[in-house]
Parts: sequence; C-alpha cells; structure tokens
Amino acid sequence: MPKHELILLKNMMQPGYTGSLQDYERAGGYQALRKVVGKVPPAEVTAMVMKSGLRGRGGAGFPTGVKWGFLPKGYQGARYLCCNADESEPGTFKDRQLIERDPHQILEGIVLACYAIGAETAYIYIRGEFVLGARILERAIAEARTAGYIGTNILGAGITANVWVHRGAGAYICGEETALLESLEGKRGLPRVKPPFPATHGLYNKPTVVNNIETLANLPHIVGRGPEWFASIGSPPKSTGTRVFCVSGHVKGPGNYEVPMGITFRELIYEHAGGMRSDIPLKAFIPGGASAPFLTPNHLDVKLDFESVAAAGSMLGSGGVTVMEEGTDMVWAALRLMEFFYHESCGKCSPCREGSSWLVQTMRRIVAKRGRMEDLETLVDLCKNIEGRTVCAFGDASVAPIMGTLKHWRSEYVALIQEAEAANLIKLEPAGRH
Amino acid sequence: MLAQRAASEGPRWTRAVRAPSIPSPWVGRQGNQMLKEKYQEEIDEIISRYPVKRSALIPLLYLAQRDEGFISESAMKEIAGLLRLTPPQVYETATFYTMLNLKRVGKFHLQVCKSLMCALAGSDTVIGWVKTKLGIGPGETTSDGLFTLSAVECLAACGTAPMMQVNEDYYERLTEERFDKILADLKQYGTCSLKTGPFMWPEAPKAQVKG
Repeated sequence: MPKHELILLKNMMQPGYTGSLQDYERAGGYQALRKVVGKVPPAEVTAMVMKSGLRGRGGAGFPTGVKWGFLPKGYQGARYLCCNADESEPGTFKDRQLIERDPHQILEGIVLACYAIGAETAYIYIRGEFVLGARILERAIAEARTAGYIGTNILGAGITANVWVHRGAGAYICGEETALLESLEGKRGLPRVKPPFPATHGLYNKPTVVNNIETLANLPHIVGRGPEWFASIGSPPKSTGTRVFCVSGHVKGPGNYEVPMGITFRELIYEHAGGMRSDIPLKAFIPGGASAPFLTPNHLDVKLDFESVAAAGSMLGSGGVTVMEEGTDMVWAALRLMEFFYHESCGKCSPCREGSSWLVQTMRRIVAKRGRMEDLETLVDLCKNIEGRTVCAFGDASVAPIMGTLKHWRSEYVALIQEAEAANLIKLEPAGRH
Repeated sequence: MLAQRAASEGPRWTRAVRAPSIPSPWVGRQGNQMLKEKYQEEIDEIISRYPVKRSALIPLLYLAQRDEGFISESAMKEIAGLLRLTPPQVYETATFYTMLNLKRVGKFHLQVCKSLMCALAGSDTVIGWVKTKLGIGPGETTSDGLFTLSAVECLAACGTAPMMQVNEDYYERLTEERFDKILADLKQYGTCSLKTGPFMWPEAPKAQVKG
C-alpha cells in the first residue's frame, strides 16, 4: 500500500471502478457540489480555495484562488471558464488518466469553479489526439446533465453551468492559456501579448479563467473536506496537496504516481517507480516536462515542490519526470527536445521562430560530428537571445534542454566537436582571409 | 540515430506555405454533396455551443475531415460560408494544426511518436519496423493507399512508450510482435484489439498494492 492517502487517483484504484456517474456517486461524488450550491456564497468557495494553497498544476504553479480573485468584481456580462486539457508537454500523461478514468471528478470540479467565479459556460479544451478522452467526457457530461449536476438550474438552485468539450487539433502551443483562447475562438493558436490578462480580457474579450484539469480535479476534495485538511498535506505553506507525477524513461515502473508534494526525487524514482530499468546508474533526469532544464544525480535529494526545484535551477512544471540512465547521449537528448520545440514554435515572435531553427541546425551539425568549437558560443548566444524576448513562456522553455545540458555535460559537446575536428583533416580557411 | 525527417516536414508555421499541394479546381468531393445537406443537424448543434460562430471552425473542419478523410478546398470554402468567414480565415486556421490533413492520407494513418521520452524507449526502432515491413518513411504512403506514416511529437503516452496512434486509437508498449499483430489486424479487420482503452498506468490496482 502507498504510505500516504491518494486523493485524485483514489477512486480509479478501486477494483471495478468504471468512472460512471453511479460509481462516482457511490464513492461520495458530487457531495461537495451539493454542500455548496445555493448554500454557500461563491465568494466563500473562492476563499476556501485560496486558503487551501492550491496552485495550478499546469506548469506555472500560480495560486488558483488568487487567479480567480483577478476577475473584475461586479461585472455583469458573461464570464467563462476554460479547462486546459491540452496536455502536450513531453513527459506528461496524467490528465489523460484523470479524464479517461474518472471524468466526473473533473466535471464536479468544473461546476464548482463555475459556481465560484460566476461563469455560466465552461469549455474543456482537450487535445485533439485524445479522441477517447473526449468521448468519455461527452458521455459523462450527458450523464451529469440528466442527473441535474450540469445545465440550467443545477440541483434546483437556479444556477446555470453548461459544459462543452472542444477538441484541439494538434498544437503544443495551445496549452499556453492565451493561445488556447485564440484556438477556442477558431483562430491560429498564437499567444496574445499580456497584459491584458485573460481575467479581464479572455475568451471573446470577456473575463475568463483558464485552469488545468488536475487543478480542477482537486476542487471537490478541497470543498468537501475543507481547506485546512488540504493545506496540511504536502509541503506547506507554499506547495500544498498531492500531485500526480508522470515517470517515464529508463525506470522499471514508469507511470502515474500520486504523491504528496515535498518527497524527494530519490523516493519517487527509486521507491514509487521501482528504480532504474536495468540497474545501470542514473545519469540525468528532467524534473517537470520538456520545458524544465535537466538535473543530475546530485539533485536526487531535491524535494518535489515548486520552490525546491526552482532553487536547484530547474522547475517542477507539469510534473513529468523523465529518467535517463548512464550511457544516454545528452547532446542527442537535447537535440531531440530541441527538434520538438522547433516543430512546435508558432512563428509569432522572431527570436523563437528563427532561433529555434538555428539551434536545431547547429545541434544537428554537432551531433553529426561536423561541429566546431565556435558552435558552443553560438548556442549560448542564441539561447540568450531567445530567453525572455518572446511573448509567451515557450521561448524560455525551448532553450531549457540546451542550456541545461551545456551546464552539466559541456564535456560531451566538446568531445563530439573534438572528434569532428580530428576527422576534418582539411581545415576551412577562417572567414575574411582572402 | 537522427530521425529521418521527410524533406517536406518543417516547423508548424511553414505549413501554410507548404500546403498548396491541393489541386485546384478541386474535383474530389463525391457527387459534390454539400456538408450542409449531409450534416445539417450536427452543424447546427455545433454552432449552437458557441456565442461566436468562428469558434465552431475547428469542429467543422473535423467534420469535413471525417467525411472525406481530409479537408478539401471546396469544404473550406463551404465552411467559410457557413460561419460567415472569408476563405483565407478558414485557411489560416486549417494550416496551423497538424491534425487537420490538407492532403489525402492512407486509410490507416500511423503516427509514431518520436519525442525524447519515446526515443529513450526505442521509437526509432518502431519507425525502422515500418520502413522494413511497409517500405515507407515518414510522410510517405504505401502504394495501395492503406498506410501513411508520420513521425509526430509527444502524444502523452510517455510512460507506455514506444507508442503510435493509428487514426483515433492509441497503441502503446509496442514490441515487434505486437506491432506485427496490429498491422495484420488492421489489414484484415480494420481495427485491432490491442488498442488502449481508458488509460491507466501502472495498470492493475493489485500491482499498485505490491509496489
């Protein structure tokens, strides 16, 4: 048995649990909704979430209650809730499990959030590849509508909350909240310049909250069992609750593991995920999806909470932990991730659009053993000119693999280049010597 | 070790430039039946979900793709009319998203994930199997029109790598044996029992208790 209590994965761990409305209700589902709708004022629900210390599970880790608090007070027009299920961060596959195995947990969270922020419409933006997930959600919405949990006049309290599933069509950038809104409006998924923030000018220029699916799945538990209970789990005061970590790569037992925040990477990798695949020592791991810089075995005792990982020079991000064993070519690994970012750059900002292409070309040259020593400086120069100079966080993320590997495994780059230089018997004339 | 990327593949923002392989004037629509006549109710239902019509664009493009297997120019024009957009507005959206096929693809679209997490578990080998068994590389279609291979980026199945998506279904933890069975079943029955159902990994609760 796991040493700690499971929250989000608890239901689906029960043998025979199908995720139907009946199963969910039997497991105590929709009780939180019954507890608050029409009985507790929406502002109090927001206060509960704020008190619980819940932080966004999508990557940035922004406090959810605070995000809701940014909505303009007393605004009379429409407001929207968008649920970000565009899980496309390489290394992350938790939302898929939450959606496909326990859809009603998410729906209850969505309706609670709608109630708290006063939104009558919620859109679940699910990545296009999750065809099965979208079908399961649609079936669950139909069930919940029949039972009176979704729709007009929820539980007879005169509250409206309509939920729609909107499928994306294959674009990583649509996980960025403003790109998601653009995509939902039927446009190319190009991130917007902030400010104005979605809280005031979001979907259709109306106040909008965008929350990750895992964040929303926590709400029924916070409301049902109280914010104090939630705030006592994990590593308070800044990182409360549990998180579903996705372990992949060279481990014996890859998969989704829900653990309280604040355990160490060593515990996650060696206890929960069963240790290394073929007992070859660990060489590197990515702590939070492709956007997080690589860490080394020296960082195994870093705690899995937002602050500790940031202090170690990386980020907790989306919770996708990828483990690499000794013998993995780090330059190749960085190139693989860089190719991903090159493919996914939306093309809006020049530094990212052009820079990612340059980075991939330079990296391919180094891996193909045609690199030169100057290339290392070029790489750093390019990275520094992308980082912080783009509209969204994609630019910062795209340089993480190269900056991270250059920091810890520079010698591997140098070795590849030295090999290239040794093989190139005919040296090129330096430029400008004609 | 580098993935053999088809020369036509590039970043997302170049798709609009690469796409005009659509022959024009387009003659592909069978009997030229309009989407509106065929799917009237569904179209109305989709549009009714959104306060602004343009939001229905991607769902309608999916509808057109379901109808024909890809999105033709005439379908884009018709959708533009339905949503009161200009054809370029439809085109600019359609060219951004990789799941919207602007060209015909094979009956079975094999999409093998090639991102790092799958590559660590051997996705290049899977692409190699496709090459030896079907004779196609990324971006190519078999001569019988049955299979198209695409090397795609992360599909959120990193814990069960290597994996591929065939049309709407995920196939995970691929081994050569499983891969052969999938190909054979697809050819024979059009589907395969190895596809993933509601996802959960690690799988059984019993295994979890032991671990």
